[in-house]
Amino acid sequence: MARLRLFIPLFIFSLLAALLYSGLDGDPTELPTALIGKPVPPFELLALHDGRRLTEQDLVGEVALLNVWATWCISCRAEHPTFMNIARDIPIYGLNYKDDSAKAKQWLRNLGDPYRLTIVDAKGSLGLDLGVYGAPETYVIDRRGIIRHKRVGVVDERIWVQEILPIVTKLRAEG
Amino acid sequence: MRNIFNTMIFIVVVQLSLPVLAVVETYQFNSEELRGRYNYLLFELRCPKCQNQNLADSDAPIAADLRAQVYRLLTENKTDAEVKAYLVARYGDFVLYNPPVNKHTAMLWLLPASGLLIGVMIIFMLVRRTGAIDEDAVTLNVSQQQRLTDILTEQEPPN
Repeated sequence: MARLRLFIPLFIFSLLAALLYSGLDGDPTELPTALIGKPVPPFELLALHDGRRLTEQDLVGEVALLNVWATWCISCRAEHPTFMNIARDIPIYGLNYKDDSAKAKQWLRNLGDPYRLTIVDAKGSLGLDLGVYGAPETYVIDRRGIIRHKRVGVVDERIWVQEILPIVTKLRAEG
Repeated sequence: MRNIFNTMIFIVVVQLSLPVLAVVETYQFNSEELRGRYNYLLFELRCPKCQNQNLADSDAPIAADLRAQVYRLLTENKTDAEVKAYLVARYGDFVLYNPPVNKHTAMLWLLPASGLLIGVMIIFMLVRRTGAIDEDAVTLNVSQQQRLTDILTEQEPPN
Protein backbone atom coordinates (compact mmCIF):
# COMPACT_ATOMS: atom_id res chain seq x y z
CA MET A 1 0.00 0.00 0.00
CA ALA A 2 2.81 2.37 0.94
CA ARG A 3 4.46 1.54 -2.36
CA LEU A 4 1.34 2.62 -4.22
CA ARG A 5 1.62 6.02 -2.59
CA LEU A 6 4.91 6.49 -4.43
CA PHE A 7 2.86 6.72 -7.59
CA ILE A 8 0.85 9.73 -6.43
CA PRO A 9 3.25 12.28 -8.01
CA LEU A 10 3.17 10.31 -11.28
CA PHE A 11 -0.61 10.29 -11.13
CA ILE A 12 -0.76 14.05 -10.56
CA PHE A 13 1.74 14.60 -13.34
CA SER A 14 -0.31 12.50 -15.79
CA LEU A 15 -3.46 14.41 -14.88
CA LEU A 16 -1.74 17.74 -15.40
CA ALA A 17 -0.13 16.57 -18.65
CA ALA A 18 -3.52 15.43 -19.96
CA LEU A 19 -5.07 18.78 -19.03
CA LEU A 20 -2.30 20.79 -20.67
CA TYR A 21 -2.28 18.53 -23.75
CA SER A 22 -5.99 19.04 -24.28
CA GLY A 23 -5.30 22.78 -24.06
CA LEU A 24 -3.03 22.55 -27.10
CA ASP A 25 -5.95 21.60 -29.34
CA GLY A 26 -8.04 24.71 -28.87
CA ASP A 27 -7.52 27.90 -30.80
CA PRO A 28 -6.96 30.59 -28.18
CA THR A 29 -8.09 33.33 -30.57
CA GLU A 30 -11.51 31.73 -30.85
CA LEU A 31 -14.04 33.36 -28.57
CA PRO A 32 -17.21 31.77 -27.32
CA THR A 33 -19.99 33.60 -29.09
CA ALA A 34 -22.62 35.36 -27.10
CA LEU A 35 -25.12 35.26 -29.98
CA ILE A 36 -25.55 31.52 -30.53
CA GLY A 37 -29.26 30.75 -30.25
CA LYS A 38 -30.21 34.39 -30.67
CA PRO A 39 -31.73 36.01 -33.76
CA VAL A 40 -29.65 38.08 -36.17
CA PRO A 41 -29.67 41.55 -34.57
CA PRO A 42 -32.10 44.02 -36.15
CA PHE A 43 -30.51 46.25 -38.77
CA GLU A 44 -31.39 48.54 -41.61
CA LEU A 45 -28.62 48.75 -44.19
CA LEU A 46 -28.32 49.08 -47.94
CA ALA A 47 -27.67 46.35 -50.48
CA LEU A 48 -24.37 46.64 -52.33
CA HIS A 49 -25.71 46.13 -55.84
CA ASP A 50 -29.11 47.81 -56.08
CA GLY A 51 -28.94 50.05 -53.01
CA ARG A 52 -32.26 48.82 -51.66
CA ARG A 53 -32.94 48.80 -47.96
CA LEU A 54 -32.28 45.48 -46.24
CA THR A 55 -33.32 44.30 -42.79
CA GLU A 56 -32.83 41.13 -40.76
CA GLN A 57 -36.10 39.88 -42.33
CA ASP A 58 -34.27 39.48 -45.66
CA LEU A 59 -32.15 36.72 -44.12
CA VAL A 60 -35.10 34.65 -42.89
CA GLY A 61 -36.59 31.66 -44.73
CA GLU A 62 -33.79 29.24 -45.46
CA VAL A 63 -30.83 27.74 -43.67
CA ALA A 64 -28.08 30.06 -44.86
CA LEU A 65 -24.59 31.37 -44.24
CA LEU A 66 -23.74 34.94 -43.37
CA ASN A 67 -20.17 35.72 -44.35
CA VAL A 68 -18.41 38.82 -43.02
CA TRP A 69 -15.83 40.00 -45.53
CA ALA A 70 -13.94 43.01 -46.81
CA THR A 71 -11.52 43.82 -49.61
CA TRP A 72 -8.83 44.78 -47.06
CA CYS A 73 -9.05 41.31 -45.55
CA ILE A 74 -6.45 39.02 -47.09
CA SER A 75 -7.90 35.85 -45.58
CA CYS A 76 -11.22 36.72 -47.24
CA ARG A 77 -9.52 36.35 -50.62
CA ALA A 78 -8.25 32.96 -49.49
CA GLU A 79 -11.71 31.68 -48.56
CA HIS A 80 -13.51 33.24 -51.54
CA PRO A 81 -13.09 30.21 -53.88
CA THR A 82 -14.70 27.97 -51.24
CA PHE A 83 -17.79 30.15 -51.20
CA MET A 84 -17.87 30.16 -55.01
CA ASN A 85 -17.94 26.35 -54.82
CA ILE A 86 -20.58 25.98 -52.15
CA ALA A 87 -22.86 28.79 -53.35
CA ARG A 88 -25.01 26.31 -55.26
CA ASP A 89 -25.49 24.18 -52.12
CA ILE A 90 -26.57 26.91 -49.72
CA PRO A 91 -27.65 30.57 -49.85
CA ILE A 92 -24.81 32.81 -48.71
CA TYR A 93 -25.36 36.36 -47.56
CA GLY A 94 -22.38 38.67 -47.61
CA LEU A 95 -21.75 41.36 -45.03
CA ASN A 96 -19.31 43.82 -46.54
CA TYR A 97 -17.69 45.00 -43.34
CA LYS A 98 -16.11 48.47 -43.00
CA ASP A 99 -15.22 48.57 -46.66
CA ASP A 100 -15.33 50.80 -49.69
CA SER A 101 -18.36 49.88 -51.83
CA ALA A 102 -16.64 50.63 -55.15
CA LYS A 103 -13.74 48.34 -54.22
CA ALA A 104 -16.18 45.68 -53.03
CA LYS A 105 -18.06 45.72 -56.36
CA GLN A 106 -14.78 45.52 -58.25
CA TRP A 107 -13.72 42.53 -56.12
CA LEU A 108 -16.97 40.68 -56.85
CA ARG A 109 -16.66 41.44 -60.57
CA ASN A 110 -13.11 40.12 -60.67
CA LEU A 111 -13.43 37.06 -58.44
CA GLY A 112 -17.09 36.18 -58.89
CA ASP A 113 -20.08 36.81 -56.64
CA PRO A 114 -21.15 33.90 -54.43
CA TYR A 115 -23.59 36.04 -52.42
CA ARG A 116 -27.35 36.07 -52.78
CA LEU A 117 -27.32 39.49 -51.14
CA THR A 118 -24.49 41.72 -50.03
CA ILE A 119 -25.18 44.01 -47.10
CA VAL A 120 -23.12 47.20 -46.90
CA ASP A 121 -21.95 47.78 -43.34
CA ALA A 122 -19.55 50.65 -43.96
CA LYS A 123 -19.44 51.81 -40.35
CA GLY A 124 -19.39 48.31 -38.87
CA SER A 125 -22.58 48.81 -36.85
CA LEU A 126 -24.10 45.42 -37.67
CA GLY A 127 -20.64 43.92 -37.23
CA LEU A 128 -20.54 45.36 -33.72
CA ASP A 129 -24.00 43.98 -32.91
CA LEU A 130 -22.92 40.57 -34.20
CA GLY A 131 -19.78 40.63 -32.06
CA VAL A 132 -17.49 40.57 -35.10
CA TYR A 133 -13.89 41.13 -34.07
CA GLY A 134 -12.13 40.55 -37.35
CA ALA A 135 -12.99 39.39 -40.84
CA PRO A 136 -13.56 36.77 -42.06
CA GLU A 137 -16.30 35.37 -39.88
CA THR A 138 -19.07 33.07 -41.00
CA TYR A 139 -22.41 32.46 -39.27
CA VAL A 140 -24.88 29.65 -39.84
CA ILE A 141 -28.45 30.96 -39.67
CA ASP A 142 -31.51 28.73 -39.46
CA ARG A 143 -34.84 29.18 -41.23
CA ARG A 144 -36.18 31.51 -38.55
CA GLY A 145 -33.13 33.75 -38.69
CA ILE A 146 -31.55 32.39 -35.49
CA ILE A 147 -27.74 32.24 -35.36
CA ARG A 148 -26.77 28.63 -34.74
CA HIS A 149 -23.03 28.55 -35.32
CA LYS A 150 -20.10 30.89 -35.79
CA ARG A 151 -16.81 30.25 -37.49
CA VAL A 152 -14.03 32.79 -36.98
CA GLY A 153 -11.38 32.68 -39.68
CA VAL A 154 -11.09 31.19 -43.13
CA VAL A 155 -13.66 28.64 -44.27
CA ASP A 156 -11.92 26.13 -46.50
CA GLU A 157 -13.17 22.92 -48.10
CA ARG A 158 -12.29 20.87 -45.01
CA ILE A 159 -14.07 23.19 -42.56
CA TRP A 160 -17.10 23.33 -44.83
CA VAL A 161 -17.35 19.55 -45.09
CA GLN A 162 -16.37 18.63 -41.54
CA GLU A 163 -17.69 21.48 -39.45
CA ILE A 164 -20.36 23.52 -41.19
CA LEU A 165 -22.14 21.12 -43.54
CA PRO A 166 -23.14 18.69 -40.73
CA ILE A 167 -24.73 21.61 -38.85
CA VAL A 168 -26.52 22.78 -42.00
CA THR A 169 -27.81 19.26 -42.69
CA LYS A 170 -29.08 18.95 -39.13
CA LEU A 171 -30.83 22.33 -39.28
CA ARG A 172 -32.46 21.44 -42.59
CA ALA A 173 -33.73 18.19 -41.08
CA GLU A 174 -35.24 20.10 -38.14
CA GLY A 175 -37.77 21.50 -40.57
CA MET B 1 27.56 66.68 -18.32
CA ARG B 2 24.39 68.71 -18.10
CA ASN B 3 23.59 67.74 -21.69
CA ILE B 4 23.89 64.04 -20.95
CA PHE B 5 21.64 64.48 -17.95
CA ASN B 6 19.01 66.28 -20.04
CA THR B 7 19.15 63.59 -22.71
CA MET B 8 18.60 60.92 -20.10
CA ILE B 9 15.58 62.73 -18.71
CA PHE B 10 14.24 63.10 -22.25
CA ILE B 11 14.58 59.35 -22.90
CA VAL B 12 12.85 58.47 -19.65
CA VAL B 13 9.96 60.84 -20.38
CA VAL B 14 9.53 59.42 -23.90
CA GLN B 15 9.49 55.88 -22.51
CA LEU B 16 6.84 56.81 -20.00
CA SER B 17 4.62 58.42 -22.61
CA LEU B 18 4.61 55.45 -25.03
CA PRO B 19 1.46 53.86 -23.55
CA VAL B 20 -0.31 57.20 -24.02
CA LEU B 21 0.63 57.23 -27.70
CA ALA B 22 -1.10 53.87 -28.19
CA VAL B 23 -4.56 55.43 -28.10
CA VAL B 24 -4.96 57.98 -30.84
CA GLU B 25 -8.51 59.26 -30.66
CA THR B 26 -9.39 62.07 -28.31
CA TYR B 27 -12.89 62.56 -27.00
CA GLN B 28 -14.48 65.58 -25.41
CA PHE B 29 -16.12 65.01 -22.05
CA ASN B 30 -18.56 67.28 -20.25
CA SER B 31 -17.14 66.41 -16.87
CA GLU B 32 -14.04 64.98 -15.26
CA GLU B 33 -16.27 62.33 -13.70
CA LEU B 34 -17.33 61.10 -17.16
CA ARG B 35 -13.73 61.06 -18.36
CA GLY B 36 -12.78 59.05 -15.29
CA ARG B 37 -15.51 56.50 -15.99
CA TYR B 38 -14.44 56.28 -19.64
CA ASN B 39 -10.84 55.60 -18.65
CA TYR B 40 -11.96 53.09 -16.02
CA LEU B 41 -14.09 51.17 -18.54
CA LEU B 42 -11.31 51.12 -21.11
CA PHE B 43 -9.05 49.68 -18.46
CA GLU B 44 -11.57 47.03 -17.37
CA LEU B 45 -12.67 45.90 -20.84
CA ARG B 46 -10.60 43.49 -22.86
CA CYS B 47 -9.95 43.82 -26.58
CA PRO B 48 -11.51 40.83 -28.40
CA LYS B 49 -8.75 40.86 -31.02
CA CYS B 50 -5.56 41.49 -29.03
CA GLN B 51 -6.47 39.27 -26.18
CA ASN B 52 -3.86 40.32 -23.70
CA GLN B 53 -4.61 44.00 -23.96
CA ASN B 54 -7.41 46.10 -22.63
CA LEU B 55 -9.30 48.56 -24.81
CA ALA B 56 -7.07 51.41 -23.70
CA ASP B 57 -3.88 49.65 -24.81
CA SER B 58 -4.97 48.00 -28.02
CA ASP B 59 -4.65 49.71 -31.37
CA ALA B 60 -6.59 47.02 -33.24
CA PRO B 61 -9.37 48.57 -35.37
CA ILE B 62 -12.02 46.73 -33.37
CA ALA B 63 -10.67 48.28 -30.16
CA ALA B 64 -11.03 51.74 -31.69
CA ASP B 65 -14.63 50.90 -32.65
CA LEU B 66 -15.37 49.69 -29.16
CA ARG B 67 -13.81 52.79 -27.60
CA ALA B 68 -16.07 54.90 -29.80
CA GLN B 69 -19.03 52.79 -28.71
CA VAL B 70 -18.14 53.12 -25.01
CA TYR B 71 -17.85 56.88 -25.49
CA ARG B 72 -21.23 57.02 -27.27
CA LEU B 73 -22.96 54.97 -24.59
CA LEU B 74 -21.48 57.12 -21.82
CA THR B 75 -22.64 60.32 -23.47
CA GLU B 76 -26.10 58.72 -23.66
CA ASN B 77 -26.03 58.59 -19.85
CA LYS B 78 -25.64 54.84 -19.62
CA THR B 79 -24.24 53.46 -16.37
CA ASP B 80 -20.97 51.51 -16.21
CA ALA B 81 -22.96 48.31 -15.70
CA GLU B 82 -25.07 49.03 -18.79
CA VAL B 83 -21.99 49.65 -20.92
CA LYS B 84 -20.48 46.37 -19.75
CA ALA B 85 -23.75 44.52 -20.34
CA TYR B 86 -23.90 45.97 -23.87
CA LEU B 87 -20.48 44.56 -24.72
CA VAL B 88 -21.04 41.24 -22.94
CA ALA B 89 -24.23 40.74 -25.00
CA ARG B 90 -22.08 40.94 -28.14
CA TYR B 91 -18.71 39.54 -27.16
CA GLY B 92 -19.50 37.42 -24.12
CA ASP B 93 -17.93 37.44 -20.66
CA PHE B 94 -14.60 37.34 -22.43
CA VAL B 95 -14.51 41.15 -22.73
CA LEU B 96 -14.52 41.55 -18.96
CA TYR B 97 -11.19 41.37 -17.21
CA ASN B 98 -13.17 40.61 -14.08
CA PRO B 99 -15.73 38.05 -15.28
CA PRO B 100 -18.69 36.91 -13.14
CA VAL B 101 -18.63 33.42 -11.62
CA ASN B 102 -20.68 31.06 -13.77
CA LYS B 103 -20.24 27.59 -15.20
CA HIS B 104 -17.85 28.76 -17.91
CA THR B 105 -15.62 30.73 -15.58
CA ALA B 106 -15.89 28.43 -12.54
CA MET B 107 -12.54 26.80 -13.33
CA LEU B 108 -10.88 30.19 -13.64
CA TRP B 109 -12.13 31.26 -10.24
CA LEU B 110 -11.87 27.98 -8.36
CA LEU B 111 -8.51 26.69 -9.59
CA PRO B 112 -6.26 29.17 -7.70
CA ALA B 113 -8.27 28.78 -4.49
CA SER B 114 -8.26 24.98 -4.67
CA GLY B 115 -4.53 25.04 -5.51
CA LEU B 116 -3.90 27.06 -2.37
CA LEU B 117 -6.07 24.71 -0.33
CA ILE B 118 -4.23 21.61 -1.61
CA GLY B 119 -0.88 23.29 -0.92
CA VAL B 120 -1.87 24.13 2.64
CA MET B 121 -3.06 20.55 3.15
CA ILE B 122 0.23 19.12 1.87
CA ILE B 123 2.27 21.42 4.12
CA PHE B 124 0.05 20.53 7.06
CA MET B 125 0.55 16.80 6.44
CA LEU B 126 4.32 17.20 6.05
CA VAL B 127 4.63 19.22 9.23
CA ARG B 128 2.59 16.69 11.16
CA ARG B 129 4.71 13.82 9.91
CA THR B 130 7.96 15.61 10.86
CA GLY B 131 6.49 16.33 14.29
CA ALA B 132 5.78 12.64 14.77
CA ILE B 133 9.37 11.72 13.92
CA ASP B 134 10.67 14.31 16.41
CA GLU B 135 8.76 12.82 19.29
CA ASP B 136 9.39 9.13 18.69
CA ALA B 137 12.76 8.65 17.08
CA VAL B 138 15.03 11.42 18.25
CA THR B 139 15.12 10.51 21.91
CA LEU B 140 18.50 8.88 22.56
CA ASN B 141 19.22 6.41 25.28
CA VAL B 142 22.13 6.96 27.65
CA SER B 143 24.79 5.12 25.65
CA GLN B 144 23.74 6.83 22.39
CA GLN B 145 23.91 10.21 24.14
CA GLN B 146 27.37 9.39 25.41
CA ARG B 147 28.54 8.41 21.95
CA LEU B 148 27.14 11.59 20.45
CA THR B 149 29.04 13.68 22.99
CA ASP B 150 32.23 11.75 22.23
CA ILE B 151 31.88 12.39 18.53
CA LEU B 152 31.09 16.06 19.00
CA THR B 153 33.99 16.68 21.39
CA GLU B 154 36.48 14.55 19.48
CA GLN B 155 39.46 16.58 18.39
CA GLU B 156 40.60 16.46 14.81
CA PRO B 157 43.98 14.78 14.80
CA PRO B 158 46.66 17.29 13.76
CA ASN B 159 48.03 16.76 10.28
